[in-house]
Amino acid sequence: MNTIEIKKISKVFGSKTALNNINMSIKQGELFGLIGADGAGKSTLFDILVTLSAATSGSASVHGFDVEKDAKNIRRIVGYMPGRFSLYQDLTVYENLNFFASIFGGTIEDNYHLIKDIYEHIAPFKERPAGKLSGGMKQKLALCCALVHQPKVLFLDEPTTGVDPVSRKEFWGMLKRLQEKGITILVSTPYMDEAVLCERIALIQEGEIMAIDTPVAIIKSFTHPLYSVKSKKLYQLLKDLRNFKETYSCYAFGQTVHLALKNQDTTAIIIQDYLHGLGHENIEIKSIDAGIEDCFMELMKKTAE
Amino acid sequence: MQELKSFIIKEFRHIVRDKRALLILFVMPVILVILFGYAITNDINNAEIAILDNSKDELSIGLTNKIVSSGYFLQKASLQTNKELQEVFRSGKIKMAIVFPPGFAQTFYREKNVQIQLIADASDLNVAIALSNYAHSIIKDYQNELNKDLGQTLLFETTTKMLFNPEQKGVYMFVPGVLALIMMLISALMTAVSLAKEKETGTMRVITVSPLSPITIITGKVIPYLVISMIDTCIILLMAVFIFGMPINGNLFLLALVNLMFLFAALSLGIMIASFAETQQVALIMSIVLLFLPTVLLSGFIYPIKNMPLWLQVICQVSPAKWFIEAIKSVMIKGTGIQDIWMQLSVLLGMIIVMIRVSIVQSKKKVS
Repeated sequence: MNTIEIKKISKVFGSKTALNNINMSIKQGELFGLIGADGAGKSTLFDILVTLSAATSGSASVHGFDVEKDAKNIRRIVGYMPGRFSLYQDLTVYENLNFFASIFGGTIEDNYHLIKDIYEHIAPFKERPAGKLSGGMKQKLALCCALVHQPKVLFLDEPTTGVDPVSRKEFWGMLKRLQEKGITILVSTPYMDEAVLCERIALIQEGEIMAIDTPVAIIKSFTHPLYSVKSKKLYQLLKDLRNFKETYSCYAFGQTVHLALKNQDTTAIIIQDYLHGLGHENIEIKSIDAGIEDCFMELMKKTAE
Repeated sequence: MQELKSFIIKEFRHIVRDKRALLILFVMPVILVILFGYAITNDINNAEIAILDNSKDELSIGLTNKIVSSGYFLQKASLQTNKELQEVFRSGKIKMAIVFPPGFAQTFYREKNVQIQLIADASDLNVAIALSNYAHSIIKDYQNELNKDLGQTLLFETTTKMLFNPEQKGVYMFVPGVLALIMMLISALMTAVSLAKEKETGTMRVITVSPLSPITIITGKVIPYLVISMIDTCIILLMAVFIFGMPINGNLFLLALVNLMFLFAALSLGIMIASFAETQQVALIMSIVLLFLPTVLLSGFIYPIKNMPLWLQVICQVSPAKWFIEAIKSVMIKGTGIQDIWMQLSVLLGMIIVMIRVSIVQSKKKVS
């Protein structure tokens, strides 16, 4: 049986459809990523799964409990970490952890084995008010608080937003270890580079799921030849490449342009000649493998068409 | 139970660590009582007085001139007999009278001390105290001047007599209003703001996704403020009785019941506000509109309801403070039993039920 089962879930706020007919299954013990930009509907879906809001239509279950009928049971067995830091800023690290353990009827010691690795990072600051911790520390404390009652399923809504790259990496290491302990984890993130760290991912855009698969399979589905193109004038480059007859799609990617071509025969030299003819200088063209972001853009393009 | 206990502990920690909250919870009530008791009612400028001079000698006339020219007092009447004195007090024309005994100067020089009697209308006790203190210090000044000239120590002794008038309004009439205001401030406003804070900072989401039931959350939130409100109520009542001489003529349990009923009404109002407000700021603004204005202006606390236009009198009926003030005045001053205030208590109970109902409906609406 799947730990999280989502069937035809839709959520409408007034005239805006936040979620449109979502179907998704997450297996027991999976580390599942929900990838999408801000406003894609990630948090709305989380709210429904953790019983904070009701879906307009459709049904969902967590660990066999229906989100509408068995909300009470779900609240006992899930750990939830909201997108924003949501602990008591005026309570110390220890007081926060102790409070969250006790409202589940337990103590910190009961499940210390589960949080030990993470808590050791913040233990030196246990007398400090939570509001005075750094971003990375706050996030570790929040994870501890969500874990302290040994949840069956962990819901992490954008846990790494606003956290430094080192802490982000550390955090994903912790998630992997938790997964090894048998906890099912649903994590959402707007960072495409984190997608490959998940076992399976769902790409979500404007309330619709565009793809669900392993990161590798999603990348494999990208069949167009892909180049990273650079020149002196980025904006002009993007404009010119859009008018290139061989272009399937192109968009800015940091300081370069990712260019997907329509067919395999087009070579780098042809692109080089085309750009040279338009007066571009310092042109660099590299053949690259697609990343999740490239797939995401392509899926968006397909959905739009 | 364990869950509720840790929630209450957490709540007390929030309060203890918030200096502003502590100020509001414990200093504000005392300041309000003192402000209303002393500062606001005391207006000592040209206070009307009467002089009953039984000697009319150089010394008594000199002292009278000194008192009248001080600017604090205005001589309304010169009296001849004690009978006139009683009449003039009863008419309410004067706030204080000064009585010089017969043979004033003679006694002063011969026996080296003489009595002056100050009689004050103590239906406004603070004014009465202030007036007699002013008069006393003017008389002492005059005595010192005389002694300087004479090179001797001769004394004016003042005795002060307070005329009480229990049926008329007294200084302690502000106490029920201040009680209502403080309880609204603590029970309703602090509860509303602190619940809204949980929503604003997102902690409400986290504790909702836990075995804590909404009832446990609300109970845990409310109990600390309930306890503090009760402490403050005791402080205010003690001050009222021991500083301002407010009587407690009724049953103490009935008094506690009236207070508790209003406390629960205030808490329900706070919960209702919090069910609408998503941020602390909104909760604060709603509290000011829904708590302070009705409690201060529409409760009969400052402006008598009888003098209001009819439409405003109708609006006053929905102010919980109006019913509370009526009930508590009955119990404390008139000493009535429950049979005379059952209506006020029922109205408060009805308000509690309505407000809790609205809060539940509103919270349920939010989820779907």
